[in-house]
Amino acid sequence: MATEEKELLRGGQFLVKETKCEDVFTLEDLTEEHKMMRDSTKEFVDRELWAHWERFEKKDYAYTEETMRKAGELGLLSIAVPQAYGGMGMGFVSTMLVCDYISGATGSFSTAFGAHTGIGTMPITLYGTEEQKQKYVPKLASGEWFGAYCLTEPGAGSDANSGKTKAVLSEDGKHYSISGQKMWISNAGFCSVFIVFARIEDDKNITGFIVENDPSNGITLGDEEKKLGIHSSSTRQVFFNETKVPVENMLSTRGNGFKIAMNALNVGRIKLAAACLDAQRRVIGEATNYANERLQFKTPIMNFGAIKAKIANMATNCYAGESASYRAAKNIEDRIALREAAGNTHQEAELKGVEEYAIECSILKVAVSEDVQNCTDEGIQIFGGMGFSADTPMESAWRDARISRIYEGTNEINRMLAVGMLVKKAMKGHVDLLGPATAVGEELMGIPSFDAPDFSELFAEEKDLIKRLKKVFLMVAGSAVQKFGPELENHQQLMLSASDILIEIYMAESTILRTEKNVKRSSEDAQAIQIAMSKLYLYTAVDTIVQKGKEAVVSFAEGDEQRMMLMGLKRFTKYTNQPNVVALRTQIADKVAADNGYTFS
Amino acid sequence: MKILVCISNVPDTTSKINFTDGDTKFDTNGVQFVINPNDEFGLTRAMWFKEKQGATVHVVSVGGPTIDPTIRKALAIGADEAIRINAEPTDGFFVAQQLAEVVKNGDYNLVIAGRESIDYNGGMVPGILAALLDMNFVNTCISLEIDGENATAQREIDGGKETLSTSLPLVIGGQKGLVQESDLKIPNMRGIMMARQKKLTVVEPVDALNATQETKFEKPAAKGAVKLVDASNVDELISLLHNEAKVI
Ligand SMILES: Cc1cc2nc3c(=O)[nH]c(=O)nc-3n(C[C@H](O)[C@H](O)[C@H](O)COP(=O)(O)OP(=O)(O)OC[C@H]3O[C@@H](n4cnc5c(N)ncnc54)[C@H](O)[C@@H]3O)c2cc1C
Repeated sequence: MATEEKELLRGGQFLVKETKCEDVFTLEDLTEEHKMMRDSTKEFVDRELWAHWERFEKKDYAYTEETMRKAGELGLLSIAVPQAYGGMGMGFVSTMLVCDYISGATGSFSTAFGAHTGIGTMPITLYGTEEQKQKYVPKLASGEWFGAYCLTEPGAGSDANSGKTKAVLSEDGKHYSISGQKMWISNAGFCSVFIVFARIEDDKNITGFIVENDPSNGITLGDEEKKLGIHSSSTRQVFFNETKVPVENMLSTRGNGFKIAMNALNVGRIKLAAACLDAQRRVIGEATNYANERLQFKTPIMNFGAIKAKIANMATNCYAGESASYRAAKNIEDRIALREAAGNTHQEAELKGVEEYAIECSILKVAVSEDVQNCTDEGIQIFGGMGFSADTPMESAWRDARISRIYEGTNEINRMLAVGMLVKKAMKGHVDLLGPATAVGEELMGIPSFDAPDFSELFAEEKDLIKRLKKVFLMVAGSAVQKFGPELENHQQLMLSASDILIEIYMAESTILRTEKNVKRSSEDAQAIQIAMSKLYLYTAVDTIVQKGKEAVVSFAEGDEQRMMLMGLKRFTKYTNQPNVVALRTQIADKVAADNGYTFS
Repeated sequence: MKILVCISNVPDTTSKINFTDGDTKFDTNGVQFVINPNDEFGLTRAMWFKEKQGATVHVVSVGGPTIDPTIRKALAIGADEAIRINAEPTDGFFVAQQLAEVVKNGDYNLVIAGRESIDYNGGMVPGILAALLDMNFVNTCISLEIDGENATAQREIDGGKETLSTSLPLVIGGQKGLVQESDLKIPNMRGIMMARQKKLTVVEPVDALNATQETKFEKPAAKGAVKLVDASNVDELISLLHNEAKVI
């Protein structure tokens, strides 16, 4: 076991250790059981959600609740819940798969589903006492009850630990009295249980509580918020006025609420990434179908290079999102299994397993939520005026996609977290960044090798580039940490640039590894389009990294140091053989057009 | 009541159809396989008998290991056990002989097959099967009630319905109507998990002959482009219909 533990990459370690393609999990590795779950989920979505798409647009909150109950009957709400509490106790990959395929039809259902199964249920399964779990989890797993998560307040959004909601212990010590105002609470309109975060006395950190929804106990709801998208997801304010909560309903210990909130969000973030995948597949399918049929200038618009470029980029980003999401999902699943084998309870194992990959969770949340936004935006563009019409599914897909960049921690917060957590891990010695960063520093001072590398093998140049891109990050982040120390977090633009570099590395590497693995078990011919997508993704990643790298370096380095780093940047991002991205895009788009949709998973 | 549902593994209706080996074989590359829709209606009706009348439901299919996912789906939907006859289903006569062997060995009193499978649309298997077993047979069956040993079935006939009363043991060739599309079950997560533990017995085929051999497949000729004729230009329309389409 100990050796296996060593082989399994730690969170953030992808940056300094080489990952072999055999060691990544891909959507092509799904078991028969995974596939059956996926297919059931798709059938449910096609029958119950996609077929009633307008109801979700017309603020039919009752329909959201009804379909959530149906999802409960199919067992879709209990995938991640341990069997001891009425769930399926399935692995993390299964959880991600269901989350992925259930979320494509409408953001309204996706949000209701995510809020309930993730932040509405997980705090209890992860931190609840045996009694709490017995009492609440089976009902949440079956869909008899729904959960909501009350962290945000009018004055406490991104600064989630600053909430003003109070919890006061009664004189007899039997209950807490909770008072305060929570805002933007998903599922508030139909939930039975709230996870509420409140402050006891003047504690530094908030505390979590399980609060049953009982209007006679000082709980009132605001009106449904009028929103840009996810029209049938219930989002309301929740007011607590001296709501009595038995002391045994405290979650974990006093002052541990912020930790609970953050850990629930870690899981929520990677699941949100998954939840942004199927929407892309559907949008690509709809847009391709439209482009194949829409004639202008006497030809299907699909034949225009402008449209092909869009379709190719949309497919490529979707493929990259899949590659990275499932790679991380399996890391989490394996880490949980290792911890359980080492004697941790399932609860501890799951907590630690997800926490380990918090960096990857933040990376994925940002990357995939932005991909779905771009995808739906280009979807509208391909539909032209019809895309702007509320009668086609592009318009709502675009509006629904927008929320993913805001909740579960805004993308700004998650970008900062990704780099911040990595630096912290390095300081704690969990990931050795210092050694590799010093080596990069020395390389910068040395004379570069002028040997012509042999890039004849598939992906040889791309993998070499990935290695060098990692050096860009180490160079930028390493010098920035040296320069600013703990003050680094106050240099946000620099942090954001570093984060974009980190994100692109993870996404590009995951994409190449997935394709490489599949080539090894089929052939380059069979994977021709996936190879093209991997190359195209890397090309755009390199572009971003050049731009962000420059911005970062110039912001804090001057004179010789600056010159040296800019030279390094050039060297580390250099292609020996420039890929012909126009040809790559055409090749990809032609395949998507021929298949009339995204057929790579 | 012990029911055997015969399941055929067929390409999804949206599949692109191509042929290989000089147009003698169906190209399965990239094709999604599903439970034959007519069989799924039958399976769903069988599940109803299981839930309401305590029937035992087994499923059987003829094919290699690649059809296991389809069989497992039937188990996930709720069948109790499955049998796979390990042979390529080369023609209807061959398949019926294989199925007959399973029915004989298994003591089934109701055999539900689909009216036809949507791949080759032979429509022969249930009839041949009933003949081989010397059982009562109702084809194109759109409704089935069982009371003890008595069965009441409805058949679709030209322009209407026919109600029949018959008795077990019985073979039916089922289709939509046995249940409606909205009754079809999506395998639930527990069912999927339980399918893993259910018995899937693989049996070797008995010696049997084929009655037919596939020699060639042809796709319908591709449709040509549509010609639009101006409404005022009747002469041109007539000329096109006469000279090009040769229909008048
Ligand atoms: C539809 C919807 C559903 C929601 N569901 C829930 C729910 O179920 N439960 C729940 O508790 N909450 C929920 N939320 C709240 C959501 O999590 C918050 O809106 C989000 O965390 C941002 O907080 P805020 O809106 O107060 O924005 P603010 O924190 O005010 O942020 C405004 C802007 O400032 C930026 N910003 C803030 N702080 C920093 C910083 N330190 N550095 C750099 N930039 C910063 C942000 O990135 C953002 O761009 C929901 C929100 C919406 C819109």
